[in-house]
Amino acid sequence: MKGLHILTEESRNKIAHAGKLGYSFRRHLHERLIEAFLFLSAILSIAIMLAIIVMLIKESFVFFQHVSIWEFITDTQWTPLFDDAHYGIMPLVSGTIVSSFIALLVALPMGTIIAIYLSEFAPFTVREMAKPFLELLGGVPTVVYGYFALLFVTPILQTIFPELPGFNLLSAGLVMGIMIIPYVSSMTEDAMRAVPMNLREGSYAMGATRFQTAIRVIMPAAFSGIAAAYILGISRAVGETMVVAIAAGMQPNLTWNPMEPAATITAYIVQVSLGDLPHGSIGYQTIFAAGLTLLLITLTFNIIGHVLRKRYREIY
Amino acid sequence: MKRVNDLEEIRRIIGLHKRWDLIFMITGIIALMIAVLTFMALFAHMLVDGMPRLSWDFFTSFPSRRPESAGILSAWVGTTLVMLVTAIAAVPLGIGSGVYLEEYASKNLLTEIIEINVTNLAGVPSIIYGLLALGLFVYQLGFGQSILAAGLALALLILPVVIVATREAIRSIPVAIREGAYALGATKWQTVSDHLLPYSSAGILTGIIIGLARAIGETAPIITIGALTFIAFLPPSPVKSEFPYISFEWLTAPFTVMPIQMFNWVSRPEEAFQLNAAAAGLVLVVMTLAMNGLAIYLRYRMRKNIKW
Repeated sequence: MKGLHILTEESRNKIAHAGKLGYSFRRHLHERLIEAFLFLSAILSIAIMLAIIVMLIKESFVFFQHVSIWEFITDTQWTPLFDDAHYGIMPLVSGTIVSSFIALLVALPMGTIIAIYLSEFAPFTVREMAKPFLELLGGVPTVVYGYFALLFVTPILQTIFPELPGFNLLSAGLVMGIMIIPYVSSMTEDAMRAVPMNLREGSYAMGATRFQTAIRVIMPAAFSGIAAAYILGISRAVGETMVVAIAAGMQPNLTWNPMEPAATITAYIVQVSLGDLPHGSIGYQTIFAAGLTLLLITLTFNIIGHVLRKRYREIY
Repeated sequence: MKRVNDLEEIRRIIGLHKRWDLIFMITGIIALMIAVLTFMALFAHMLVDGMPRLSWDFFTSFPSRRPESAGILSAWVGTTLVMLVTAIAAVPLGIGSGVYLEEYASKNLLTEIIEINVTNLAGVPSIIYGLLALGLFVYQLGFGQSILAAGLALALLILPVVIVATREAIRSIPVAIREGAYALGATKWQTVSDHLLPYSSAGILTGIIIGLARAIGETAPIITIGALTFIAFLPPSPVKSEFPYISFEWLTAPFTVMPIQMFNWVSRPEEAFQLNAAAAGLVLVVMTLAMNGLAIYLRYRMRKNIKW
């Protein structure tokens, strides 16, 4: 800075101005503050997960001081709001399993067939029209599907099975399956389209037909993505609430027969929430115990999906 | 002689395999048709039942014990206010989180945990978010069974959607854009706010719209919070005639939303109420379809216009 006096005023101003482009405390602070905010919002997702787990475990803990875990798992009745209270989760679990099973019986094959068709067979225009349409189908609110199951599908099923009651797991499961198709098909299709073209070309060059290529080359190559799609479908089915709450009735019923009315874990939570249960009562705690069971089931599937994805991931 | 036989044999095999191709193609079209027809049936059924009920009065009346004079005024006002809270909470947090994970995060264990966690959160059933909101917002934080608690619950629910959309939109911007900004002396945040966010705005907007469309239809978490099914009044107006003109009383008001109103009507035995349910469902479906359609259109425009 010693020789500055020999410069003209103009150049001196320029140098002083250039100093602002160097390290500036204010600018540095500004950047750090923004980064801190961004970091906090990213960390929030972990906080949410922890909050969910802590909240469910905390309330369930109180519940399990009142009811033993053994009773919770083995009792075959779920009547927490009656005078003669029983706290066996099995009736709710059986309802969940039956309705999810029917839903997956519809959604997984249909979703896979649609995905293979769209990814390997369909002409460009069909795909461009079908994809947004399926997306719209996935956007319809679940309560609307519940209405559809109760007032459209059940009456149709009743003409085939006259003894079918107005509330039943069958129609709820079928509609849930239709509802889940878009999730399964779009994820499966994405996975299949991500398989590089030269695998297809290799297969065609060996004289394979489209069907053979799809089944023997593309599907194995896309296995990890397809597994992820199936797992997501299962999670959706298990956690689906409104369709079963509306169309399957809300009585806990230990049955494996889809023609009967029954309640799922989710439907029970809805039923209790519709009533007016005081905070801290045993009824209030039951929905958290039910919620914890549900979370454990879906987390198990998510972890299986994660492991499958890691183990069978093909990298090209 | 042998050779001709072989040729015929090969032809036969090829024909057989080609037939499988055809069979599968027909199966695929049938499966697609079943999905399409189901949707058509759903829409037609609701249209036939609900259309006669749709009138100006239906939108401007409160729910009532008499089905002919019942309407969805409190429901659509509630839905609008809840969505407002959801958007205000989820949009900055979702975008912030997406930007952090894409641009700022170093590749370490914490980042990986956050990433896995976002995927896991997307797989958590919506009713669990309702239980979280019930325990945390309604009782622990004392928000009560209010618009605020419902809006925040739905915000948590759609957060993963916004995060994933933000990340994908930012990731698709070429590195050259960032390098150009840095070369001109921009700081990281200047690069993000002046270049990356504007370029990815269409993609982020698509994610936000899809998330909100999902939130509008969500019923279970809001029932869990304890929203009432019969509300014959509106929350206090956010605009006041005297100073300070803006009031936040509505945040703590009891409320109902469209899907809950519909659920309430569906679960009544009287057929007249089920017609109301069809009409409310029609409004709900048109709302979500319009939002999803807008998102699809935006994405289509984006794909067509942007060529890096």
